[in-house]
Amino acid sequence: MKTIKAIIASLALFAMFAGTAAQAKVEIQWWHAFGGRLGELLDEQVNKFNASQDKYTVVHTRKGNYSETLNAGIAAFRAGQHPNILMVFEVGTASLMAAKGAYVPMYQLMKDAGQRFNPNGFVSAVSGYYTTTDGKMLSMPYNSSTPVLWVNKDLMKKAGLDPEMDLSTWKRVGNALDAAKAKGIDMPFCTCWHSWVHLENFSAYHNIPFASKSNGFAGLDTELAFNSPVHIKHIQTLGKWAQEGKFKYMGRRNEAGKNFRAGECMLMTESSAGYAGIKKEAKFEFGIRHLPYYGATEAPQNTIIGGSSLWALSGKSKEENKATAAFLAFLSRTDIQAKWHQDTGYLGVTTAAAKATKKSGFYKSNPGTDLAGIQMMRNKVTQNSKGLRLGSFDQIRGIIDEEMEGVYNGTKTAQVALDSAVKRGNVLLRRFERANK
Amino acid sequence: MEKRVFFKGWWLPALLVAPQLLISFVFFFYPSGQAIWNSLFLPDPFGLKTEFVGLDNFRFLLSDPYYLASFKTTIIFSTAVSVSSMALGLYLAALADRLIKGAGVYQTLLIWPYAIAPAIAGVLWLFMFNGNIGLASYYLKALGYEWNHTLKGDQAMFLVILASSWGRISYNFLFFLAGLQAIPKSIIEAAAIDGASFWKRFGTIVIPLLSPITFFLLVVNIVYAFFDTFGVIHTITSGGPEQSTTILVYKVFSDGFVSQDLGSSAAQSVILLVLVGILTVIQFKYIERKVHY
Repeated sequence: MKTIKAIIASLALFAMFAGTAAQAKVEIQWWHAFGGRLGELLDEQVNKFNASQDKYTVVHTRKGNYSETLNAGIAAFRAGQHPNILMVFEVGTASLMAAKGAYVPMYQLMKDAGQRFNPNGFVSAVSGYYTTTDGKMLSMPYNSSTPVLWVNKDLMKKAGLDPEMDLSTWKRVGNALDAAKAKGIDMPFCTCWHSWVHLENFSAYHNIPFASKSNGFAGLDTELAFNSPVHIKHIQTLGKWAQEGKFKYMGRRNEAGKNFRAGECMLMTESSAGYAGIKKEAKFEFGIRHLPYYGATEAPQNTIIGGSSLWALSGKSKEENKATAAFLAFLSRTDIQAKWHQDTGYLGVTTAAAKATKKSGFYKSNPGTDLAGIQMMRNKVTQNSKGLRLGSFDQIRGIIDEEMEGVYNGTKTAQVALDSAVKRGNVLLRRFERANK
Repeated sequence: MEKRVFFKGWWLPALLVAPQLLISFVFFFYPSGQAIWNSLFLPDPFGLKTEFVGLDNFRFLLSDPYYLASFKTTIIFSTAVSVSSMALGLYLAALADRLIKGAGVYQTLLIWPYAIAPAIAGVLWLFMFNGNIGLASYYLKALGYEWNHTLKGDQAMFLVILASSWGRISYNFLFFLAGLQAIPKSIIEAAAIDGASFWKRFGTIVIPLLSPITFFLLVVNIVYAFFDTFGVIHTITSGGPEQSTTILVYKVFSDGFVSQDLGSSAAQSVILLVLVGILTVIQFKYIERKVHY
């Protein structure tokens, strides 16, 4: 009984002190989706910020995976219990943007807080995703990656191929897969994130629309357009490879990464952020290449990003918004960005961070880590390669995954599958348009 | 035999039923009213604006082939869960009823799985059938059967039915055992003296006398399969692959809380409400009538 009393007393005491400490500093909440190694690195950033000044305290909380974090944020907003900063993955961007009044736009937040902030310091292919058509930045890019081709050089040699051979086009990749299959390699090709790599990035890379109205940037009345002949040709090729046993389907998300790291898969398309895991686990020589394209189209455009951005939610006091602005400005600092880029394999989202990383000699000692950045910035962004802004996009991706599985297991042609995915996706877009008019 | 008590005045009876009324209002009428109200609107996820759409949410649902497929999935799933768990429950009860020694031990052990929460039962079965580390999938592979419930819809369905029925067998066992023990021994002994075999006795005496309990269990099990299996499905398949294990209540969750389509989710809740209403009517109409023997 005594101990219980003592515990209660000490808890009460602790609460009192915690209360006074919080009063002295402005405390803000950040909800995010990072656990494991990424979570540690994020925690490091927060601690660094908290130690760097004595006015504000940032408290970060992991709310589950990307979708769970977004849903937790939305539910909390409805209940008026939302955090100051919410991490939202790129797929949820359109949902946030349409919810005017739920967030304080980044440019506004920085202006109100008198925080020096240069939106042009961000790589345009990244910031474009989170910027309105009239050039106003709404959220701050946090982690961004882009798909690249990962090569298991040992398996290439086993297949009798030159590990440094040209793999820039899908045709050359096809030839390599033929050779690998002939030499009895069990899994010549595998991929993660089917829709993201083979339809979304594929569209941007070939400078063809994924959806009308500049991929949804120019209006909610956008319609899906990924059933063009070029798209169909590519998906049909993947389907053919699957039937011939050259491409093995491992799952909708990044399941195939496991097979690549275990040395089973020869060529894999996966995010550049697969770097940390591959570097740690691969017991073979690996290489990074640009995402392949179809030679018939002109030189490839740029690829687009995946990842998340940070949104300042509305309904917070001026003081707290100031703290949020200070923290976000801190995160965009060159040293912070450069470290994040090098630790994780995510892109250096500011031009300065990419430059600093280059200067440090990181790219030289870690060959291939600069490819993702080059691939994103190689051309001036077009309306087809700025990114995607589609409502209910998480569900639409689910539909695409279902339909593409039909192509891989041979029950559907690419034409039928993509037509059906476009039709089903458009129904969701119309519903989203109606709910957000 | 009915007893009726009459109160003088109105305040005492009102006071006595007030807690129950309050609970019904807070936990049933208010949320149901909210669901019906919300089903007529198309709100944005953040609750910033909303539009009155009348019955459009229902029209949208009923024209969605995946929603209609979900009805079929639900019927297959709940029938399979109810029938298999009741059949096994009855079988075990019949065996346990004949035990002379150690009946208590057997009965306790058979009731045990009922104490396990659906989500935990789901994880247990998931581990056994996990493609990489599962014992069951390992032995199936050794027998030459490829198990992969993440890709194959029928296997996923089988697994969620198995996991959902397992704990339910105990519940059914308990009721059937009570039912069997309530049957007067004299009737059965009389039949035995007349030369009726065990199966004859079981088919012509026991089953008919158990029918009220069987019917009660059928309704309760169907309601269980409709609503309480959420934990099992969420932990094992999350409704996949290709929505092949998305039962109605799981779709309410995934459309409302994953896809943030609250209008559609509310409309689905209303449809479920109507379905439960029908089930309740059936229960009252038949069970109340047959419960006396």
